[in-house]
Amino acid sequence: MEWEVVIGLETHAQLATHSKIFSGASTAFGAAPNAQACAVDLALPGVLPVLNRAAVEHAIRFGLAVGGEVAARSVFARKNYFYPDLPKGYQISQFEIPVVSGGRIFIERDGVETAIRLTRAHLEEDAGKSLHEDFHGLSGIDLNRAGTPLLEIVSEPDMRSAAEAVAYARILHRLVTWIGICDGNMQEGSFRCDANVSVRPKGQQAFGTRCEIKNLNSFRFMEKAIEYEIQRQIEWIESGGTVVQETRLYDPDRDETRPMRSKEDAQDYRYFPDPDLLPLCIDTPWIDRVRESLPELPEAMRGRFVTDFGLSPYDAGVLTASYDLAQYFLALMADVAGEAKLCANWVSGELAAALHRDGLEVRQSRISPAQLGGLLRRIQDGTVSGKMAKEIFDALWNDGGDADTIIASKGLQQISDVSALEKIVEELMAAHPDQVAEYRSGKEKVFGFFVGRAMKASGGRANPAQLNAILKARLAG
Amino acid sequence: MALTENDLRRLARLARIRIEDDETGPLLAQMGGILGLIDQLQAVDTRGVEPLSHALELQQRLRQDTVTEIDRRAQFQAVAPQVEAGLYLVPKVIE
Repeated sequence: MEWEVVIGLETHAQLATHSKIFSGASTAFGAAPNAQACAVDLALPGVLPVLNRAAVEHAIRFGLAVGGEVAARSVFARKNYFYPDLPKGYQISQFEIPVVSGGRIFIERDGVETAIRLTRAHLEEDAGKSLHEDFHGLSGIDLNRAGTPLLEIVSEPDMRSAAEAVAYARILHRLVTWIGICDGNMQEGSFRCDANVSVRPKGQQAFGTRCEIKNLNSFRFMEKAIEYEIQRQIEWIESGGTVVQETRLYDPDRDETRPMRSKEDAQDYRYFPDPDLLPLCIDTPWIDRVRESLPELPEAMRGRFVTDFGLSPYDAGVLTASYDLAQYFLALMADVAGEAKLCANWVSGELAAALHRDGLEVRQSRISPAQLGGLLRRIQDGTVSGKMAKEIFDALWNDGGDADTIIASKGLQQISDVSALEKIVEELMAAHPDQVAEYRSGKEKVFGFFVGRAMKASGGRANPAQLNAILKARLAG
Repeated sequence: MALTENDLRRLARLARIRIEDDETGPLLAQMGGILGLIDQLQAVDTRGVEPLSHALELQQRLRQDTVTEIDRRAQFQAVAPQVEAGLYLVPKVIE
C-alpha cells in the first residue's frame, strides 16, 4: 500500500528578552543554578505575575512577519499539571484566545514553493530543569529557566515528508532570528520543535493517529527522528497493529523513538483563564509602530537582490540565509559600488568557507565588510588577480590589516604595465625559439607553455588577460 | 450532568488530592450541586455576549523589560527542605 505522511510542528522559540515573562529575574544563559530564580519564579505565596512588554512586542513582530492576525485582546490561561520543575503546579500559557492567529511560512524545495499554514502562536512561560543524576536517589531542580518567555508556534498538518518539516523549521528559524525575537541557539534550547507525525493510505481524507516526538533540538535529528517514526508507524500498521496516540522521545544514539510517558492517564490540563492576569490588550497604534520597526523580510530582500542587483535566485537565497549574512553583503555592496556578482561570490565563497572552517558566525568574522571591500576594489581596478586576491584574503583573515598594505608589503601588485609584460614575452620567445616555431606551425597547445613560463617569470603577478593578449599577438608573428 | 465516582477519583488524582472512601458520597453531592448551578448558567442565551475572562473590566498592565531582581538564592534555599550544589532536591520523579 502507498502511504501519505502528515506532519505538523510545534515550535518553542525562546524570546530574546533581558528579563522573564512575568518577573524581573534575568534570562541570561549559563548562570549558577537558581541564581536567577526569584520569588515569582519559585511561586512563593503572595506573588503575582506582571507581564513583560518586550515579550508581547516580540509576539506582535512575529504575527506581522507571517501575515497572521494579532489579537486586539488575548487571554492567559493556566495549564495544570504537576512536576517538580513547575513550582506553581500550572504553566501560564494562552489557550482559547492566543496573541497571534493564522499566518503562513513559505518553504521552497527543488524550486517549488509551498505555503505552510500556521494555526497560531501564543505566549507562555518555560519550566525549570530537572537533573536526575548524582543526588543520592533524589532529583535536583534548577529554576533559572522557569518563567523564560516562549512563543509557541503551531503549524497546520501541512507537511508531507521529513524533508519538508525540516525545510519549514529552517525557514522559521531564519525568520525568528531575522526579526530579532529569538537568538536561535539550538544547543541552548532557544529553538526547539515537537513534531506530530501520522500516516494514512494515499487518497484517504481522514488523518491517521498521530504520535508526538518531543524536543527535537537539531535539524539533523529532526529529520532522522521523523524518518524513523514514519517507518515505525508504516511497519506497525502493515503488520496488523494500530498506532496509539502517545508522546515519544528521539534517542540519537540508537536512532529510534521511544514512548515517553504512559497514556493510561491521558493528559488533561484543565485549562482555565488565569485570574492573576487581566486580558492582554494590543491597540492598533502599537501594532503600527511595530510594523514600521520590522526589517525588510528575507523573501522580499531575496527578490530585491535578484531584481536590483541582477543576482541569480540561488545566489540571492544563499545571501539571505541569515540576517547577519545579508547585512554583511549589503555593507560590502555599499563599500564596493556595484559589482554585485563579485561581492556575492566572495561572501558566499571565500568568506563562508573561512567562517565554516573556523566555526565562526558571520558577526564573528575576522574580516569586516570594509576590509573585504578594500580587497575587492583592487580586483576591480586590476591591481590584483583573483588568485592573488585569495592569498591576500588569507593574510587579512589571519593577520588583519588592509588589502593595500598587504599588496605593497608582499609585492603582490599585478603587472598590468604593457611594456613590462611585452619585455617578459620577448625574452621568453628569444629563449625558446623551437617552441615558437612549433606554435607557428599550428601546435597551439604550446601556448600554455608560454603562459606558464611568463607567469613564472612575473612571479605570478602578470595580469592574465593582458598577458594572453600580448602572447597571442607576438606569437602570431 | 451527573458526576460519577470515577470522575471524582480522576479529578482528585489530577489535583493530587487524597480522598477517603467515606468522603466520596458527600463530595459527589456537593460537586453535583455546583454542576447544577453551572447547568443553570449554561441555560442562559448568551448569543452576542462576549465571553468574560476576568471579573474586572481592566486590561493587563505591562512592565518594562529590565532585570530588577537580584540573586537571593541563599535566603530562598534557607527554607527549602533539601538543597545541594545550588539545586532544590526533590523525590526522584523518573523511573
